[in-house]
Amino acid sequence: MSLTLSHFLILGAILFAISIIGIFMNRKNIIVLLMAIELMLLAVNMNFVAFSYFLGDAAGQIFVFFILTVAAAEAAIGLAILVTLFRSLDTINVEDLDRLKG
Amino acid sequence: MEFTTVLFYAFSTILVLAALRVVTERNPVHAALFLVLSFFSAASIWMLLKAEFLAIALVLVYVGAVMVLFLFVVMMADIDVNKLREGFWRHLPVAATVGLLIIAEMGLILYSSFKGVGPDVPAASASQGGTRELGQVIYTQYVFAFEIAALILLVGMVAAVALTLRRRKDTRYFNPGKALNVKASERVRIVKMKSETEPPAGAPGNAEQTGAVQAASDKQ
Repeated sequence: MSLTLSHFLILGAILFAISIIGIFMNRKNIIVLLMAIELMLLAVNMNFVAFSYFLGDAAGQIFVFFILTVAAAEAAIGLAILVTLFRSLDTINVEDLDRLKG
Repeated sequence: MEFTTVLFYAFSTILVLAALRVVTERNPVHAALFLVLSFFSAASIWMLLKAEFLAIALVLVYVGAVMVLFLFVVMMADIDVNKLREGFWRHLPVAATVGLLIIAEMGLILYSSFKGVGPDVPAASASQGGTRELGQVIYTQYVFAFEIAALILLVGMVAAVALTLRRRKDTRYFNPGKALNVKASERVRIVKMKSETEPPAGAPGNAEQTGAVQAASDKQ
């Protein structure tokens, strides 16, 4: 039995679903929410790499390259916001962030 | 069953188990380490897909930089895990329902649609390797997007520094510009004055007119 495209796409779908479950369950912990977002981006990248290999087009790998760039910038800024948040509020609980009375 | 299929199943099992531990782990440090493990397994799977450059970039950029940043922040913040874990398993039914529905729907569609698609490596990539082809495309066809990616990284760097920069009031600090601009006349002042010693009786003041040097440190 050889590998087909659907193997990789289903693996990407499973990863995406796991990260959605993580976002549902860790709705108070910002750090784990950021990690679940990273996992979600990894699932998307898995799909891009699989399509690039099985359809014979390098454009998919270019997209993964740019997604990695944007994800690194996003993680850096998100963690910087988290650090300033922890300095001013002394907590990372999402439910304590209610200054805007939303 | 081919050997690459066995490898794929092994790596993807590790990847899925590590991802499950990331979202259910109690200690955030352990969650970050399991995320490192899942990135490693994903990089191995990308190696199977002949995306060598991206696999190495994933390990270097993600495991080497982003996850180290995560670990720094997790260890710096003093987190009360018990408060954050309140009602954790209460959300499990709805989360599991949504997740399994997503897997079932996507699996049904993807399995039937892409079952027969085998690998199709382009001739250029097969002869000279994927990394060279990637470099040739990225600096010609996608060069504008590449410049924008560089700009995004610069903006991210500046934003991260600007967000976390602050002047601490409780620490002493030293201003090198002020220290370099100081003159000798601001540090030492020579004052002419009479001697303060009580002259012995009978001896008229012979100790007059000796200069006293007073060092005055000028608003340090």
